[in-house]
Amino acid sequence: MSRCLSDRSIDHVVLERGEIAHSWRTERWDSLRLLTPNWQSRLPGYGYSGNDPDGYRTVPEVVEFISGYATAFAAPVQTHTTVVSVRRTEAGYLVRTDQGDWQCRALVIASGACNIADTPGCADRVPRSIATLTAQQYRNPGQLADGGVLVVGASSSGTQIANEIHRSGRPVTLAVGEHIRAPRMYRGKDLEWWMDVAGVLDERYDAVDDIGRARRVPSLQLAGTPDRSTLDLNALTDIGVRLVGRLAGITEDGKAQFAGSLRNMCALSDLKMGRLLDVIDAWARDNGLDGLVAPPHRLPPTHVEASPSLGIKLTDEIRTVIWATGYHPDYSWLDVPVLDRKGLIRHDGGVTESPGLYLMGMQFLRRRKSVLIDGAGDDARDLSAHLACFLAGDPCRALVPHFASQ
Amino acid sequence: MADVVNNGVNVEALISARDALTKAPEAAKFKWRAACEWKNGTHSHSTVEGFFGLGEEQRRKRTFKFDADHPEVFASEDVGATPVEYVLVGLASCLTAGIAAVAQHWQIQLRSVTATIEGDMDLQGILGIDNDVRNGFSGIKVKYKIDADAKREDIEALVAQSQKRSAVYDIVTNPTNVTVEVT
Repeated sequence: MSRCLSDRSIDHVVLERGEIAHSWRTERWDSLRLLTPNWQSRLPGYGYSGNDPDGYRTVPEVVEFISGYATAFAAPVQTHTTVVSVRRTEAGYLVRTDQGDWQCRALVIASGACNIADTPGCADRVPRSIATLTAQQYRNPGQLADGGVLVVGASSSGTQIANEIHRSGRPVTLAVGEHIRAPRMYRGKDLEWWMDVAGVLDERYDAVDDIGRARRVPSLQLAGTPDRSTLDLNALTDIGVRLVGRLAGITEDGKAQFAGSLRNMCALSDLKMGRLLDVIDAWARDNGLDGLVAPPHRLPPTHVEASPSLGIKLTDEIRTVIWATGYHPDYSWLDVPVLDRKGLIRHDGGVTESPGLYLMGMQFLRRRKSVLIDGAGDDARDLSAHLACFLAGDPCRALVPHFASQ
Repeated sequence: MADVVNNGVNVEALISARDALTKAPEAAKFKWRAACEWKNGTHSHSTVEGFFGLGEEQRRKRTFKFDADHPEVFASEDVGATPVEYVLVGLASCLTAGIAAVAQHWQIQLRSVTATIEGDMDLQGILGIDNDVRNGFSGIKVKYKIDADAKREDIEALVAQSQKRSAVYDIVTNPTNVTVEVT
């Protein structure tokens, strides 16, 4: 966004609570790699220039990439500045920070979708002798006591964390709710390549049937595996991870109860993956790629044992519980009435009801790729155009929000 | 206390069955069944007849029939109770049967037992409006009125023991693996 505003000669400042790429520096586990390949971080006027376009960046490499971008166009970033509150004024917005106040006519909220780790309601029933960590606090298996680990959540974070903890010799039980299975490679190409060329990632927010649901879909169960292998539930079963159903509750005497829906959760995910691969195959056929890439194939169904465990006494076999159960944004500093009853910002493709207030970097904000680094460019181009109209006093009719339809 | 307690439960038969099944645990493995056929809209017709137990297929004298539907506020025909109401019926009748059996065993004469049962449900779950709202009941409340030859704490113990031994209470309070196949 800063780059797009600079291109439009719009005077602006970027406030950052810590260093550039703060959450990447402070809220990621050690082994994490970006879920998208290097070539796919295409930002306005910037991109990957190394010799490993198909690789996946490590966290330090992501930090370097984002910092490099800021340096490349001299982004006006004011670091170590924490926003304390934002409220409307007659002229726009008053932004109070721990480094003084700012007045602005327009404001873009790009503080992220993953500020606070979600934990289920039963989290406070975990017996005190058992350590608990969120995926945001987890760094590496060495942090954990020896012994069993319950990982709750089987999306991208949960599966990766379960994998490395189990390989460290701590037997992992993985509680699996809704998840989106995806092969890392398909027909010899990265899944992200297919989703990119087939237009899946460019699908617009106003073209999907139910945008509310699309925005709630869990992250693809992808991992930036250096060997480009698929880390799905079958891969975890193969190394001995025990799969159980969604964590339904914890009884007063410390028994974790797992839903009996594991089989259906896996069936739903297998079917959904099949539909995505069908879309890819149809696109490949229609675009003459058949014969040039590997032939279509389908992955074996997710293996579910005959009677998955429905409950374990936590103190008997678990030393650590890791919550990989999602995140929500933190808008505790936002005193502008744009939040819905779930505490999320109401918006139409990033344009809020409050004139001059914009949102970026959220799931399916304007396109399926909005939450990816690769999606920031198109969203910033669109929203900076709207913002420029707003500053010029032009009503931007084509982009006026239509909240009634949401 | 009445001289001869009779709640209509043949406890001797139950106890001898318990003894027999302790010696032959294979015979204790039962399979309960129902068949369901879609009629129209949300209306379905279910039947209950045979079951498996005591090592063999068991037949009944008659077939029990159940129509399930949704009420008119859901634009349905309302020709039967909703499936969730059948769950409430199952829980209440299971607990009530258990109260009678336990009372008989404990030599408590019952004069009347009535229950009301209510399940709270937020439709935002099944309608997919809010992912944080579960599909099923957020809670179930059962209220018993029991007239019996017993002190209040004995009646409370009776109701507690009935929950402890209830199949349906266990089914609704604990997870169950469910396998649904298309054949």
